[in-house]
Amino acid sequence: MHTTPLTLLTIVAEAVLKDRLIAELTQAGAKGHTLIECEGCGSRHRRVSELLGANIKLETIVSAAVADKLLEVLAVEYFPQFAVIAYISPVSVIRGEKYV
Amino acid sequence: MLEVLRINLCSPLSLAFVLGIVSRLVRSELSIPRELYASLSIYLLLALGLKGGVELSHSTLSDLYWPVLVTLGIGIITPITSYLVLRRIGKFSTADAAGIAAHYGSVSAVTFIAAQQFVQTLNYPAEGFMPTLVTLMESPGIQIALAIGAIQTAKQAAARAANSEGSSPPARPTSAVLHEVLTGRSMILMVGGLIVGLLMGEKSYEPVKPFFEGMFKGALTLFLLEMGLAAGSRLGDLKSVGLFLLGFGTIMPVIHGTLGVLAGHWAGLSIGGATVLGAMSASASYIAAPPAVRMTLPEANPTYYLTAALAITFPFNIVLGIPIYFHIAKTIAGQ
Repeated sequence: MHTTPLTLLTIVAEAVLKDRLIAELTQAGAKGHTLIECEGCGSRHRRVSELLGANIKLETIVSAAVADKLLEVLAVEYFPQFAVIAYISPVSVIRGEKYV
Repeated sequence: MLEVLRINLCSPLSLAFVLGIVSRLVRSELSIPRELYASLSIYLLLALGLKGGVELSHSTLSDLYWPVLVTLGIGIITPITSYLVLRRIGKFSTADAAGIAAHYGSVSAVTFIAAQQFVQTLNYPAEGFMPTLVTLMESPGIQIALAIGAIQTAKQAAARAANSEGSSPPARPTSAVLHEVLTGRSMILMVGGLIVGLLMGEKSYEPVKPFFEGMFKGALTLFLLEMGLAAGSRLGDLKSVGLFLLGFGTIMPVIHGTLGVLAGHWAGLSIGGATVLGAMSASASYIAAPPAVRMTLPEANPTYYLTAALAITFPFNIVLGIPIYFHIAKTIAGQ
């Protein structure tokens, strides 16, 4: 099967950021995303909205350039003040044109 | 006064709340599923709005005039007094002071409901239009405190930027914050419920009344169990927030509560109504305010505002505050 190499960007963040992060993805050119509610802990541990939902995990498959752009936005606007982590991993997909 | 306290302590609401705290203290695995919590809060807020709307259809504009004005006045004053006390006396940072002030300027719907149930149990029912006042008090407090915080931190950031190269993230536009608070679920359910209740009137309300009123107290009891669990899990943070915030969380409600009772009495509310307005003024929001503050003033430490609102002021009002405001309301009414 012919596959295309792309980048999977995973963001784990406090749930209160959900709408803002999805807007950032769209704005940077991501074509879609998967959202999962999740729990966990890290250096910031406490979540402001634990009554409403702990954390979200947001995954999107994008080109390396879009992933880079998004990481840049996260680093400048989110990392200093919010509980957010993000990482990228290489993935191979079929129908690569769907994602870029 | 003691008898009133006893009645309040032995109400299902207080006891369920205490049960929640106790089950956290003994590290029980008990937890209320998030979906149930969300469902209960939707039910309670909508029921509150609907009943308030139906009652509102019996009120005239002249009944509402002064109560509405004093409620707006309190909504404007309480965030400012809270901010000044926290900043000047408590020496909190601008963001922390504004973040906490946003919670104390706004109103806790559950405290309001508990106060309403309390005066009803004692046969001093509050005016039917009280839920309308809650919706008026919810938003200005958050807006004003966030505005103070945003302006002050922007000034400080500008001063910092002038001294060094450091750049800070761009501030969020006020319209986004306003949209968030005004379209939050508590606002939509309560304001929407009020309008629906007002439009449908007493007769159409009859068929749905058993669901929205008959089950109300039971649902509220369950909700307070969850509040107890939430407050209980924050008790550990009491040590880290310090004595000042502990004092602030109990003394500020009494000051704001007294102000609310006096203003309510002056505006012509009954003893029950003045008590409820006192409880509203004294309460600190923990549903609408936390996300708004987190988004707009991310520098503010959530441990401070959540612990103060949820683990200090909420239990204080439920157990002691409401009977105190009732006592004040009775005293100034000369009873």
